[in-house]
Amino acid sequence: MIRYLWLIPVIPLLAACCSVFLGRNRWRASAGLAIGGISLSCLLSLAAFFSSLELPEGGREVLNFSWLDFGAGELGPQATTLPTLRLGIVLDPLSASMLVMVTFISTLIFIYSAGYMAHDENPGRFFCFLSLFASAMLGLILANSLLLLFMCWELVGLASYLLIGFWFHKPQAAAAAKKAFITTRIGDVGFFIGILWLYSETGTLLFYDGGKGCLEQSALTALVAQTTAGGMAVSTVIALLLFCGAIGKSGQLPLHVWLPDAMEGPTPVSALIHAATMVAAGVFLMARVFPLLDADVAGAPGLSPALTTIAWVGSITAVFAALVAVAQNDIKRILAYSTVSQLGYMFLGLATGGVPVGMLHLLTHAFFKALLFLGAGSVIHGCHEEQDIRKMGGLKDLMPRTFRTYAIGMMALSGVPLVFSGFWSKDGILHAAVAWQGSKWPFALGLAGAFLTAFYMTRQMALVFFGASKGNSTTPRNAAAGHLVSDSRSHSKPAEIHESPPVMTTPLIVLAACTILLTFLATPVWPWIESYLSGHPAHFQLSHLLNPGTLGLLLLSTVVVFCGITAGWRLYGNPTVDFSQAPDPLLVHFPVLHRWLTNKFYFDEVYEAILGWFLKWFSGLSAALDQKVIAPVVGIVPICLQALAWVSRFADEFLVNPGFDTVCARIGSLGNRLSSLHSGQIHQYLAALAMGVVALGMLLAWISQ
Amino acid sequence: MSTLPWITLMTLIPLAGAVVIAIAGRKPSEGTRSLAFVFSLIPGLFALLLASKYEQTVLASRPGLGAGSRSMQFVERHAWIPTLGVDYHVALDGLGLSMVLLTSFVIPFAIAATRGLKSGQGAYFALMLTIQAALYGAFTAMNFFHWFLFWELSLVPAYFLVRLWGGAERRRAANQFFVYTMVGSITLLLAMVAVFLVSNTFDFSALATAAADGSLTRNLESKLGASSLFSDGKGFALFIFCLALLGFAIKVPLFPFHTWLPLTYSQAPTSTTMVLTGVLSKLGLYGMLRILLPVFKEQAAALATPLLVLACATILLSTLAALAQKDLKSILAYSSINHLGYCLLGIFALATTSQAPGKGMEDSVAMLFNGVSLQMFNHGIIASALFCFVGFLESRPEGCPNLENSGGLRTRAPLLAGLMGVVLFASLGLPGLSGFVGEFLIFKGTFALVSWAAILSTLGLLLSALFHLNIIQKIFCGPLKDQWSQFSDLTLEECLMVLPAIALLLVLGFWPQLLVSLTRHFTGF
Repeated sequence: MIRYLWLIPVIPLLAACCSVFLGRNRWRASAGLAIGGISLSCLLSLAAFFSSLELPEGGREVLNFSWLDFGAGELGPQATTLPTLRLGIVLDPLSASMLVMVTFISTLIFIYSAGYMAHDENPGRFFCFLSLFASAMLGLILANSLLLLFMCWELVGLASYLLIGFWFHKPQAAAAAKKAFITTRIGDVGFFIGILWLYSETGTLLFYDGGKGCLEQSALTALVAQTTAGGMAVSTVIALLLFCGAIGKSGQLPLHVWLPDAMEGPTPVSALIHAATMVAAGVFLMARVFPLLDADVAGAPGLSPALTTIAWVGSITAVFAALVAVAQNDIKRILAYSTVSQLGYMFLGLATGGVPVGMLHLLTHAFFKALLFLGAGSVIHGCHEEQDIRKMGGLKDLMPRTFRTYAIGMMALSGVPLVFSGFWSKDGILHAAVAWQGSKWPFALGLAGAFLTAFYMTRQMALVFFGASKGNSTTPRNAAAGHLVSDSRSHSKPAEIHESPPVMTTPLIVLAACTILLTFLATPVWPWIESYLSGHPAHFQLSHLLNPGTLGLLLLSTVVVFCGITAGWRLYGNPTVDFSQAPDPLLVHFPVLHRWLTNKFYFDEVYEAILGWFLKWFSGLSAALDQKVIAPVVGIVPICLQALAWVSRFADEFLVNPGFDTVCARIGSLGNRLSSLHSGQIHQYLAALAMGVVALGMLLAWISQ
Repeated sequence: MSTLPWITLMTLIPLAGAVVIAIAGRKPSEGTRSLAFVFSLIPGLFALLLASKYEQTVLASRPGLGAGSRSMQFVERHAWIPTLGVDYHVALDGLGLSMVLLTSFVIPFAIAATRGLKSGQGAYFALMLTIQAALYGAFTAMNFFHWFLFWELSLVPAYFLVRLWGGAERRRAANQFFVYTMVGSITLLLAMVAVFLVSNTFDFSALATAAADGSLTRNLESKLGASSLFSDGKGFALFIFCLALLGFAIKVPLFPFHTWLPLTYSQAPTSTTMVLTGVLSKLGLYGMLRILLPVFKEQAAALATPLLVLACATILLSTLAALAQKDLKSILAYSSINHLGYCLLGIFALATTSQAPGKGMEDSVAMLFNGVSLQMFNHGIIASALFCFVGFLESRPEGCPNLENSGGLRTRAPLLAGLMGVVLFASLGLPGLSGFVGEFLIFKGTFALVSWAAILSTLGLLLSALFHLNIIQKIFCGPLKDQWSQFSDLTLEECLMVLPAIALLLVLGFWPQLLVSLTRHFTGF
């Protein structure tokens, strides 16, 4: 099987390449290519998944290949010692389960997009970017090399950038795209340094390489044994650096600011990339390098400094984002903060309970969050680009299919017990957190987050689907900025709220069904998914559920969730209040808190101030250094040269030349005088000759004397 | 390999072309550019032929740059000036070959992209071809005397190209460029004369051998140093090294010797800038690898730390300065400094290796050397492609957009936005495009040797992403402004010009082995 796995990312890539060359008016062809490509990948992924079931316990298949060979040729004596950069792909339960989830949800969302984007200006480009994204994401999942993973990681970031900024004529979309790319890249700088460090220490970036990989025992032992200047083990520092990348990609504190803004992209993008798959890449990365995170001298599993940090960051983010979600009014932004919060849960689960706990929530969350986003897209589509939940209401009768599926997603996210997969996976996290030796605070935070989640989701449900319909009074929000969007979606009866076409509702129904069906694989009674991920066979044991600790926690979280729902319903469920006019009940009761929440604790403002100031100041300084300091100093050189030239010229003109001229003139005048002797008169010459003879005669007489 | 003097022919063809063009192109006609293009392309085919014949399984029997090692191929050697021990000695190794290939790509590219010349077409293209010949000469010379002739020869046409066809401030820019580079050349020449006086040779491999056993430093200090300002001769070799360094540092440029560059790049005609940034800047880096490091091994190692600090300063300050610019050409000029800064980082990290060789050092050396070579090649392609796009923008009646007066151009020119976007992302080092591989290798090699420099420089990766995305956001995105409502997209001809560059970026991004197969035979200094 492993030999065909490379096709999984390559097929969507080919689809993307082909659709580059298709013109605007042939977008249906490129949609067909994208959907066909991803369906093929999905089938292959299923095949891979089934073949992974036959792997031995804890086993995996790898296929490594040389990518860049520095060796001085095959015959070189040093060929063996010179480095070769190798990449590879790996098939294990972790990658197989992610493959199936990503390809399956992608297929549904691609189909949904064919309906959602049908009236857009350039849907062909959209499907091209989607395929590019799918390809990069699948490559990321399959990578058996941190370098390959990083490359796909960056490409996924590119696809996200392109898709957030898909409606590039909207300035907010362009700004959000840039913000997403830059914010995640801040984390990536740490990630990159981590890669360099790991490579330097272990000499390989392959995860598994027959005992020589960087996640295998010998490398880990070496990493743990070394300490850095601060006294931390090298493995810890590298793990924390890699976690920086995960913080950026998965929108954890303090790099979460890009994710809510990313909702400027088309809704299918929000569903696929910024909820179900890409943002989970950070969690996936941590799951992939879990052996490194867990490696510690102290020995107690789950208590290494790296895991402790992750648990804290995750739990604090879970509560923080849930708090902010309470006071947002944009239907997609609420879901975005909810995603941030749920990713926090995943990190908490991963850190306290190991890979299966975190990954289980990742998988279940992917389904119901995609469902919620697509449902939100359906609502937005039906309400003609209206996104403010205060201006909605009473949609439950107007959009029945959307309502029912959305309700399933909402209950799964809130953690309503028994038949919703979200309940079990979240409960697994809380269970791991309460058993964690490090601290009880993450558990308490997790519980508080559960309450808030139930609360804000109830608020959203109540405002959107219940209450009085305000359909006829809604006006397109993006009347000015998004005129192209709304124009392109003009319907025959613009003001009428309608249910979305089947191409959009069918994926909703499928996702809702999955949300419920997954439950049966995720309960403690038959924890099939967790067992699969940890490589053990699953056993059906009712006793797991019935032991008092588990049951008590189940009851506790159920109570908390129902408190949240009740509180939400009490505050927002009153059908007679029109929230587009009336103030938010929270604003009435807690004005200060509400202001902080609506403004997201002022993170954006503070960052803007600090970074804006920093960049402005330093870039100005650097430019000034060039123009005001270095350039003048350099300018001295030509001035000196010029001065030298002047001196030289001066010397030439006033010393050398005049001297030379004088000499010349003297010689000339001498010649003149001498030439006067040259008179041509014979008697003068004879006289001179006679005088000469006399003089010579006298000289001779004088000498001989 | 037949006995044809390939390298000499390759160098002479553009010169012959220059003469033909200068005579034939006196009357303005459309054919001049095509003729020049053909003349610049023929030696390019030679270079491709040489690359394909380059024996890829060279026995790395003798490490070093020496002409004796088998990695030097296509050797031509004839006595030239016996009294100075100067031979006409040309040959190619992987590094030289990759630079020759780069030259063969960038010059025809620049000639094809030349537009808007009002007068003197013939002279313009003749000068371009002269630069091409000079670069071939410099990248194949195995003897300092010979090398230096071509190094200087490349400067003269560049000066006239800027001086005669440049922008409003061309006089100042050309003079600054020429004088500044000349100062560096003089100090370099002085340094090499001092080296010649004690070693009696200009031959690169002989000099490298003398440097390797330490005799060069000893002789410099005892024979020349003692009679100079340095009472006991100590430090004299270091002084000579600094003189030589200055020549290269200005050419590349290294902070703080870079201020001539933004002015020159923005004032030069755009196709000249393509050549300046694409290949002429590589001449300095090439010289560092070929001359500075092998000949001044000990001195380079002794000064490696301050030099690394300067390299980091080059990387970081140039990105910061780029962020402060509004004009597209200035941003790209600083971006060019930034990318060359990564090469400098790699080269100076290489310099540290000679002092304390240790285990695992070969890996880092190989990685750095290949990384620097890749980065040199890729930057040549990326930077010339970016300036080519600037040339396209300038040729529109609306003029070149800057970050303040434009926006939404993607609505009018999706093709331009898409293709230029690809090159911009290559420039910011996106994996899958060629910029990433070289940077990764450089960072990895540097990290293993001097981690602080690598860590500091990664900030450059972040900041450079910022200004690249600024360009995309401010020029291509947002609502279209009225002023640009008639902006036209790329024509077919323009697309055909840039597509080879973009194809190369993609190919080398996925398959860097193609180039590394040439450069990997290098096995240390």
